[in-house]
Amino acid sequence: MREKRLVRREFLRNGAALAGGLTLSAAAPALGQAPAQPPMIKGEREGEIGYGARSKYITSTRIPHGGRHTPDNFGLTFHVASPLQDQVGVITPSSLHYYATTRGSFLPDIDPAKHTLMIHGLVDRPLTFTVDDLKRLPSVTRLHFIECAGNRASRQAKTVQETHGMTSNAEWTGVLLSTLLKECGLKGSAKWFVAEGSEEVKGASSMPVAKAMDDSFVAYGMNGEAVRPQNGFPMRLMVPGFEGILHTKWVQRIKLVGRYYMNYNDYGHLDQDKNEAALSYQIGPKSVITYPSGAQRLPGKGFYEIRGLAWSGGGAIKQVEVSTDGGKKWNKAQFQGTPQRMAHCLFTYGWQWDGNETEIMSRCVDEIGQAQPTREQVAKHLNKTFDETFSVPGNDNSVQPWKIAKDGSVTNGFA
Amino acid sequence: MASRRVLPVAFSLLMSLPVWAQGPYGIGRTPSAEEIRARDISIGPTGEELPQGKGSAKEGALTYRSKGCAGCHGANGTGGAAPILKSKDPTNPNVWARGRILPLRAPFATTVWDYINRGMPLNREGTLTPDEVYGLTAYLLFINGVIPEDQVLDQQNLAAVKMPLGDNYAPLPDWKPRTPRLKGYPY
Repeated sequence: MREKRLVRREFLRNGAALAGGLTLSAAAPALGQAPAQPPMIKGEREGEIGYGARSKYITSTRIPHGGRHTPDNFGLTFHVASPLQDQVGVITPSSLHYYATTRGSFLPDIDPAKHTLMIHGLVDRPLTFTVDDLKRLPSVTRLHFIECAGNRASRQAKTVQETHGMTSNAEWTGVLLSTLLKECGLKGSAKWFVAEGSEEVKGASSMPVAKAMDDSFVAYGMNGEAVRPQNGFPMRLMVPGFEGILHTKWVQRIKLVGRYYMNYNDYGHLDQDKNEAALSYQIGPKSVITYPSGAQRLPGKGFYEIRGLAWSGGGAIKQVEVSTDGGKKWNKAQFQGTPQRMAHCLFTYGWQWDGNETEIMSRCVDEIGQAQPTREQVAKHLNKTFDETFSVPGNDNSVQPWKIAKDGSVTNGFA
Repeated sequence: MASRRVLPVAFSLLMSLPVWAQGPYGIGRTPSAEEIRARDISIGPTGEELPQGKGSAKEGALTYRSKGCAGCHGANGTGGAAPILKSKDPTNPNVWARGRILPLRAPFATTVWDYINRGMPLNREGTLTPDEVYGLTAYLLFINGVIPEDQVLDQQNLAAVKMPLGDNYAPLPDWKPRTPRLKGYPY
């Protein structure tokens, strides 16, 4: 009875909304083996009734990428990598989506009521669109990855966040650029378009009109809510499968032009070698094991579900294979869900670790037949010497090996 | 009362416009020519969008100090916390080996003008006058040995400046949807 009275008092204090949970805990002690009641958050942290937060025990965060700290000496954000080793499922939470800017940038604090996208240049009717205008138009909602061209595993990198964290995957909603360009009436002489952001440097890039008309869109939604400021609020350009920098954030202007406009970003993209040039723009087929991955430790031999992500700028992923013996034997991995075009897909492979030292890795093939290579394969194909100085041209889409030691510790196979 | 008389006139005017006056959904606002001019800061390789103005390296050197450029980029384009603006290996016959320095490696001087105009100085972007941007462009091209110190750059001659890179860069990718990135490259 005394217990019951206490429970009743708890009940009154916590409010009727928690009645379901308390009924269970009130019944449990009668069995004599109930787990300890966890502490309750009485009165939620400020703001969390309205907008929820994750558990205080979950502390996974983004980290500055590539040796330049963020904010830098000027207070600019440059490159911040996503903790892929902690990601559960295929969608990167908006708060953990990787974040990068053109040259290092401040975060624009844009009032959506004052923001417009102007489309002009080689069109019959220049037009400006507000966010509300975009929301009236037919929309698309698509899962897409974005990956920074600098997402390259160094020998020094310890975790998958350091080797691969400059890619993320979200559900994006917006209006096809082809829809907007039909509103404006695209002229036949328009071969390229320049997309420009609203950050202080007004980062601008030239892209082919073929991409604009194929699948590019202006997104105002991300993972079920408005695009986050760090990802381009109130609207950003999505150019699925292209290098991250081309997904122009805070997009305010699209100019249709007859030639490559050689903006600052464009000149930075020029190459000496025509193969390197051809391999920029579109991201190649790529995959990586996120569990187990660098700096993790397997507690002992036995069963582990190997999990990882695979994606390609060329389309949907068709096949992923996993090797648990250093690349001698390759085993087909399973997809969790149907792989989408230009989106991360989640793969799994059930593995019995025998406790011996080994190396695990994954490789993939996309729907247009491009295969993820090892660095050695790329060097061989291009007739280049394969050594520590060899760098995969374009975006580095090479296979990432993880070494597993007898004590279960996982380290970068490139180290 | 006036509006009642005007409305039918306005309506008939609207109906008489050709069909191409609006897109399939009729959504979006038409910006004025003035608004487009004000917002269009893209300067292409022909320089057709350049505003009137002029400046030389000597004037640019003064602006470089007075506007605080030297504070971040160093007194003469090197030695600051921000990216260097002058090559450390200026005599290397291979332009690509002289470093990724905008006023040296950009294939067009318009790229330099465009970037200074849109992105500099940090925290005061968009405050430079066209004359100041011409002068700063001239100064940066001069310290990299691209133009002589006394050359005056203006709306007419900027696009004609011969940059060291010329067309010594690989052709741009000819991108097509659902197509491998490079013919014959299996990866």
